[in-house]
Amino acid sequence: MSFSAGDRVRVREMYPPGHVRTPFYVRGKAGIVERVVGEFDNPEELAYGREGDKRILYRVRFAQRDVFPQTPSGSDTIDVEIYEHWLVPEGDGR
Amino acid sequence: MSTTHRHPHVYHPEHHLPSTYYEKLTAAVMELLVEKGFFTAEDVRREIEAMDERCPERGARMVARAWIDPAFKARMLEDGSAAMRELGLDPGDMRLMVVENTPSIHNVIVCTLCSCYPRMLMGPPPAWYKSRPYRSRVVREPRKVLAEFGLQIPDEVTIRVHDSSADLRYLVLPMRPAGTDGWSEERLAALVTRDAMIGTAVPRV
Amino acid sequence: MSFRSPHDMGGLPAGPVDTSEHASTFWEQRVDAIRELTRKIELDGRPLIRVDELRRAIESLGAQSYDELSYYERWIHALSTLLVEKGVLTTAELGRKLAEIEAREEGT
Repeated sequence: MSFSAGDRVRVREMYPPGHVRTPFYVRGKAGIVERVVGEFDNPEELAYGREGDKRILYRVRFAQRDVFPQTPSGSDTIDVEIYEHWLVPEGDGR
Repeated sequence: MSTTHRHPHVYHPEHHLPSTYYEKLTAAVMELLVEKGFFTAEDVRREIEAMDERCPERGARMVARAWIDPAFKARMLEDGSAAMRELGLDPGDMRLMVVENTPSIHNVIVCTLCSCYPRMLMGPPPAWYKSRPYRSRVVREPRKVLAEFGLQIPDEVTIRVHDSSADLRYLVLPMRPAGTDGWSEERLAALVTRDAMIGTAVPRV
Repeated sequence: MSFRSPHDMGGLPAGPVDTSEHASTFWEQRVDAIRELTRKIELDGRPLIRVDELRRAIESLGAQSYDELSYYERWIHALSTLLVEKGVLTTAELGRKLAEIEAREEGT
């Protein structure tokens, strides 16, 4: 799944074991692609000594009030780097 | 590199109390790897020395240069690692992203998952950066956390928290304080603290 | 239905931040040095130990150990277990070396 800056995306609600770099607090949350960072080796595989699984990394900007609705936050944002396979276009199912 | 600098991360001589299990484990791993020829004790010493060279003063140099030279600033915001190389600093594999504070935006950096930090530029992160309270709370309530550092951010300023979850490492470019017109680069750099480049402080004259 | 690893703490409640400085000790610097050196060493054209493997090993500690061990204790634990996992060191070698160091320290 490939995205561009400005695309609305949602983080998959997946909870696998293993080495995951998508923080728990953004799972299931929607944000906007702030930029395409580039292609990197998937850390989920590197964690077990396996290279060569290249994935596109995105910076996704979330409105803090969307991630932590309980805390008053105005226009504050949280930017997180998330790998392509954790993102779906906003509006899609899980 | 000034030898009169007292970096918080400079090692202290070994104390004479009995060492803990993990200190012994460290010695065991090191001695075994040396015995097996993976590296030498000299390699370890050189590595510690190289690590000691990396310190916040290097980040401060980049900030001061950016304050004085708008073209350098633009290049630094575009590619922080390339900007490091321009100043003779080796980023290694690090991909440095510089985020700029403005009158309407304040940036703060965290790694909620572990302790990712621009070590190749700044040396090791402070203890609090690696702590549970900072890692858990700064994404959820940055204003309260920054207040614990003595930093009040007005409501009309947007806080951007950057969670270093993957391959980028972040440096905050703070705003140049008022009252510094005509200052030399060196004098400006002395204003820029490590915490200002993480986002838990701002430079003050 | 979800699983949250103990290290994945963003957004969880916690106490105040201790903003004081803690200088790192010599053994902690050695941990950093060993971590960097093992990353740079290649075995069969691949890094001996990747930082991703170290992170995974730390994340596998379990909640209690994760919180009880200090930052550098977690890293040396991860380094040593990975070195055994990869067959670079054996548990027996580590055990014997630890005993040797203990004896040395006791001045025997």
